[in-house]
Amino acid sequence: MLELHALSKHFGGVRAVDDVTLSIGRGEIFGLIGPNGSGKSTIVNLICGLFPPTAGRVSLDGTDLTGLPPHARVSQGIARTFQNIRLFGQLTVWQNLWVAQNSADQRRESSFFSRWLGGSRRARAEIDRTLAFFDLAHKADELAGNLAFGEQRRLEFARALAAKPAVLLLDEPAAGMNAEEIEQLDDRIRRLRDSGITILLIEHHMELVMAVTDRVAVLNFGRKIAEGTPSQVQADPLVREAYLGTAAAA
Amino acid sequence: MDFYLGLAQIIGVHTLLGLSAYCVLLTGQVSLAQAGFFAIGAYVAGMLTVLAQWPLIPALLVAAIVAGAIACAVGFPALRVKGLMLVVATTAFGEAVRLFFFNFNYQLERGELRIGPHGGEGFRQIRYFPENGWSTFDVVVFIWIVVALTMAALWWMDRSRAGAVLRAVGEDELAAQSSGLNLTAVKVSAMTVGGVIAGIGGGIFAHYTTHIEHVQFGVVLATFAIAYPILGGLSNVFGTLIAVVFIQGLLIEGLRFMGDWRNLLFGGLILLAMNLRPRGLLDAPALAELKRRLVRRKDRARA
Repeated sequence: MLELHALSKHFGGVRAVDDVTLSIGRGEIFGLIGPNGSGKSTIVNLICGLFPPTAGRVSLDGTDLTGLPPHARVSQGIARTFQNIRLFGQLTVWQNLWVAQNSADQRRESSFFSRWLGGSRRARAEIDRTLAFFDLAHKADELAGNLAFGEQRRLEFARALAAKPAVLLLDEPAAGMNAEEIEQLDDRIRRLRDSGITILLIEHHMELVMAVTDRVAVLNFGRKIAEGTPSQVQADPLVREAYLGTAAAA
Repeated sequence: MDFYLGLAQIIGVHTLLGLSAYCVLLTGQVSLAQAGFFAIGAYVAGMLTVLAQWPLIPALLVAAIVAGAIACAVGFPALRVKGLMLVVATTAFGEAVRLFFFNFNYQLERGELRIGPHGGEGFRQIRYFPENGWSTFDVVVFIWIVVALTMAALWWMDRSRAGAVLRAVGEDELAAQSSGLNLTAVKVSAMTVGGVIAGIGGGIFAHYTTHIEHVQFGVVLATFAIAYPILGGLSNVFGTLIAVVFIQGLLIEGLRFMGDWRNLLFGGLILLAMNLRPRGLLDAPALAELKRRLVRRKDRARA
């Protein structure tokens, strides 16, 4: 479904991402892990088109996305969350989703008026449902900037979903969350997968990755060093070395 | 009385100018080009009523379209730059427009008179209002109908998804494009709408002053245009109106008795206002408070 072909991104002499090939299947929860600075976020930015790759291609369902600007990729069905939360703080919670929904409405070929003015009743009901799913319905009219941290994380997730993506890129969604919140996150990720969304999960929180993903790829210094089911990857000596250093692996 | 009518005209037209900057400012862009669009509207509308002898309303519509089209064309290259660079680029555009009209000579013989824009001497005798028997009061009413319609349209836009989209782009461009918004399209649209509003304002300005010249459309006017929405706050369109009344009514006219001290105090009061209300005169907490009081009064009336 989402495919990266020999993708590379060099910043000057630094090979942030080096010749990475990945293939993520439809309806899969795919984990991408690796130590700090291993190139995980760069891969997300390449998939979203925030900067062009040095080499390689990104394609979705066989359509080459490499030359498309970020907003066009969203309308192709790729949405993301940010590791450091980036909400529209002066807009209400509801408006945050409303703005993102525009791209989904464009795909549905809604009329000019329903896209830019009110939004159809169906579109409004959809936002209410998404807010309810993330337990934010009671906060709908609050300014996003006034929410508590955990709520902001959920809103970030909800806003990405409002664009009706086929593939959802979650960039460290569990950062700063407590155990209970992570459990809810785990549950939501599974339920979204069951509703047909493909998920690429970038995460430091190993328990979550191991519990929820179908397959995992491990990055180190921009290169893919392992790929497989969570248990295969956990047993891989190269992975243990990347995380714990050579002595521990021996 | 004439003094107050004159003031009402100035406030009305400057509100239009301020609202044109408001649209652009919502997307986070500080544009000093609004005085340029205002000048284009003024000359186009003036030439249509004087030289082509059109009625006022179609002349204003064409002025709005021309100013909007130029704003759209300027928007594409100008909005590729950000922050201070955009200020520089739009200032350059405004000055280019001013210098164009400084050199613009297009006069026709009409009987013994030569009419039309005459370079540095300006464009005199835009006499549509007196020739058609409009009193100053009629003009004031006309201006405020246009202002009210513009404010209503922008108020409505603010509450639609388009308004939320403009504000989203103004807040965080990276998040906005990652949410599927086409930044260029959004910014250029805002610039175009701003150009249309400035064009209408300029067209009206040309007709009530009856004499326009290039110096009126310089950097000072451009600075005023952007100062109104910044001082008034971006919560809604009334902030801009309040700022225009505050600056034009209170500071410029109200302090006349101070003589030369006025300019000093003028700057001081703006500094004070920005320090006391950094998010604008009419910011979100002020609005919330206002709403609370209105609701309470309504409750009391019901009880």
